[in-house]
Amino acid sequence: MEPEITKELIASHGILDSEYQYILDILKRPPTYLELGIFSVMWSEHASYKNSINLIKTLPREGKYLLAKAGEENAGVVDIGDGLAICFKIESHNHPSALEPYHGAATGVGGILRDIFTMGARPVAVLDSLRFGSLENPRVQHLLKEVVHGISDYGNCFGVPTVGGEIFFDNVYEGNPLVNVMAVGVAKHEHLAKSSARGIGNLVVYVGAKTGRDGIHGATFASVELSDQSATQRTAVQVGDPFYEKLLLEATLEVIQAGLVVAIQDMGAAGLTCSSSEMAGKGGVGIELDLEKVPVREIGMTPYEIMLSESQERMLMIVEPKNLEEVQKVFQKWDLDAVVVGKVTDDKILRVKLNDNILAEIPAEYLVLGGKAPVYTRETSKPDYIEEKKNFDINALSEPENYTSVLHRLLSEPSIASKKSIFSQYDYMVQIATKVEPGSDAAVIAIKGTDKAIALSTDCNARFCYLDPYEGAKAAVVESALNVACSGAKPIAITNCLNFGNPYKPDIYWTFAESIRGMRDACNILETPVTGGNVSFYNENPDSAVYPTPVIGMLGLLENYRKATTQWFKNSGDLIALLGNPGNELGASQYLKTIFGLVAGKVPSLHLEYTKRLIELILALIDESIISSAHNVSEGGLLVCLAESCFTPKRLMGAELNFPLTYSKSAEYFSESLERIVISFNENSLSYVQTLAQKYDIPLKMLGTVSDKPMFQVNQDIKVPTEALHKAYLTGIKIN
Amino acid sequence: MRVSVITFPGSNCDRDTQEAFAYYGHNCRLIWHKDSDLQDPDLVVLPGGFSYGDYLRCGALARFSPIVEEVKTFAKKGGLILGICNGFQILTECGLLPGTLLRNIGLDFICQHQHICVENSTTPFTYQIPKGTTLDIPIAHKEGNYFCSDEILTELKDNNQIVFRYCDDKGNITAQANPNGSLDNIAGICDKSRRILGMMPHPERAATPYVNSNDGGLIFAALESYFKLC
Repeated sequence: MEPEITKELIASHGILDSEYQYILDILKRPPTYLELGIFSVMWSEHASYKNSINLIKTLPREGKYLLAKAGEENAGVVDIGDGLAICFKIESHNHPSALEPYHGAATGVGGILRDIFTMGARPVAVLDSLRFGSLENPRVQHLLKEVVHGISDYGNCFGVPTVGGEIFFDNVYEGNPLVNVMAVGVAKHEHLAKSSARGIGNLVVYVGAKTGRDGIHGATFASVELSDQSATQRTAVQVGDPFYEKLLLEATLEVIQAGLVVAIQDMGAAGLTCSSSEMAGKGGVGIELDLEKVPVREIGMTPYEIMLSESQERMLMIVEPKNLEEVQKVFQKWDLDAVVVGKVTDDKILRVKLNDNILAEIPAEYLVLGGKAPVYTRETSKPDYIEEKKNFDINALSEPENYTSVLHRLLSEPSIASKKSIFSQYDYMVQIATKVEPGSDAAVIAIKGTDKAIALSTDCNARFCYLDPYEGAKAAVVESALNVACSGAKPIAITNCLNFGNPYKPDIYWTFAESIRGMRDACNILETPVTGGNVSFYNENPDSAVYPTPVIGMLGLLENYRKATTQWFKNSGDLIALLGNPGNELGASQYLKTIFGLVAGKVPSLHLEYTKRLIELILALIDESIISSAHNVSEGGLLVCLAESCFTPKRLMGAELNFPLTYSKSAEYFSESLERIVISFNENSLSYVQTLAQKYDIPLKMLGTVSDKPMFQVNQDIKVPTEALHKAYLTGIKIN
Repeated sequence: MRVSVITFPGSNCDRDTQEAFAYYGHNCRLIWHKDSDLQDPDLVVLPGGFSYGDYLRCGALARFSPIVEEVKTFAKKGGLILGICNGFQILTECGLLPGTLLRNIGLDFICQHQHICVENSTTPFTYQIPKGTTLDIPIAHKEGNYFCSDEILTELKDNNQIVFRYCDDKGNITAQANPNGSLDNIAGICDKSRRILGMMPHPERAATPYVNSNDGGLIFAALESYFKLC
């Protein structure tokens, strides 16, 4: 028995009154239960971007390296020469991970990997950008452990190296952790697959795992705030099977590379509904599905359940009838289903049938982003706290008595401390191309068969974004660009994962709009267009929204993998210098948070043209093999940056640092002003480094020398064995 | 040398292994687990990965794959077999090597650079690598904790079947240098004939130019010198 379409049922599908009226206008009749379900998931925030797309469109989306515009395909596609392309994208799996951290995180990895290999690219790297509440909370300990296990089990079994990311802890993420996963793949240009359906009469082929009852309404679930009731919605969380996904990867790439596929899209959020309507909508054609043919995992599944299931490890392909047998042969080899479930039609309608009964008929363009799905411009209002926090008088704070103890405390802050205990649970070496392993500024992955390599980094200082979303979003782009540049790679494009609270709250939406503005300005000047990404709203727990967290995933390109540089000091006697101005701004710093419990002050301002010159300078220094190490100053400030450079993977180095100060010690030592890089180089190169710095008009300040005696000394203020600092750094994250 | 690398469903180091052998100039093919022809190899490699997802005991299902019968026949004829990580687990599951691999003592997956010490230079895989040589060869596993009965351990020692043991960077075989709780720090063993080797560390991850250690290259070079000698 189908439920009757009542006001309550419509509301429980998250459909507004005005949207229901729109449905009536489109169909010119009341929807069936299945149609209501389809509209509900397709018009959910997660699938439709209805409250964000107008602003997203203001981001730079074109550039000389781009092979597809943002949103055109399942992931961004960037040309790296030699006939090769990089496909990359970042996506959130926040709400599922809050409820079922293991499966939520695992399927987050699985989902983004499918976005990559559905394009014909073999995944070569995964990065995870994670945010949790305070580690002192036992529930957070549980979430962290299980999220890490979920990522580890899925990625390791699938066989993709997990090479980077970030982990940040702050109370605001309690109850609503952020789990953002970025995946990166490599494809030959001629093997890039398309997602728009073409060819009237072509077959719609369902491949991969069978459809079960898991994840029904996952997209809708992701589009409301978490509440006390959320725990009852565990069935909205999917369950993953990385072994199956590995088989699906191999079979999918085999049919794509053999030229047997017209179009392909993975079944992610909103499952069969989303993949079929998007393929039809993008292709300007119709798709007719026969549900009795869909492989199901259990008996008695209703059409509604089949269409809305988010069972993992499934794909939908468009195949010419003459190629069907070949396609099925490949999938049989890998013990996978490949079943014809429908056909491409010319009427531009998504039609769903069961045993010849028509259950749904919706013009596909009304369901999809870029078509005629609802789009809103939301109200913004600047939150009161912004000015108040910005005007906080930092100069009134006293200088610390003991700088060694401050450095200790900063290094053992879980957000700054070593993530080694977590990274060692990820297989970061499989595929034998990991040139720079986790722990340095960016991961560097060599591109097989070439001298090239890509550098990857995810970044967002959410404290910056909370205090000033415009400057914070700029900073996220700048930091990720500096991270890849310090590895020797030219920053070329970004993907973004925009994690915010409820967009219907004007003060939240203001932070979203400001973040987009900041990202736009930074990407324009740095010439790193946005290739795609994901918006995750409704990140709120019963107490408050999370910090505005626009995570940037940066892609950088090295022409010669041998030149990849790390942050670690290499040679005793090398000179240590700072490229950039001395730190003068303590606003928004970890120092204020750790020592004074303050989240306040003015976010250090950025000068994008200057940043660009700094990037060009560091790339020139690395390209000419002048420097031994490069590490950009970020969370914790200059001394944390210098200490980290001493913690090389093989041994602990020392540093003798004696330099004049222009500003207060706390500002010089702990400011998080970003546009600065610590480098080390042989003393014979000094004049050359000076000349280049002058050429790019970047200040160069000598700080001291590297020593193989593991002692860390700063002016008259700090003298401590590196080992003591390293111990604080290594044990900052305590997982019970 | 003709090398056949078996691809089980879920193998994920098969291509890496092929790439490493190819880098050393060998003719290396991937053989699908449902095939029944090993294609006349000089060496068969069971690569790392998660055969059948390893949802059951690691390697427990792979031993029923059609190709495994061929591998056993190849072993009986005195063929060279190398099992790496999951391949080592499969070799113990199908009885070609004694003992078993338990879950790591810390329960978590461990991926890291690992020093191992060469304990036996008389196998084809360690030919002419001096005993006591320390190699940096990465590990990446959740079930690498080697275990066997006291009788078997005595036998392994008496027959000099322990080929690699976990050690620190100076070659000291200590409890601290043991990453996973393996009995006697065992990282790799061979059969009595020395022609079948199982090891948890991944030599193919330390043998090509893109990566950060080249010590695994010594094992590829050893195989090459041994093979030239034959």
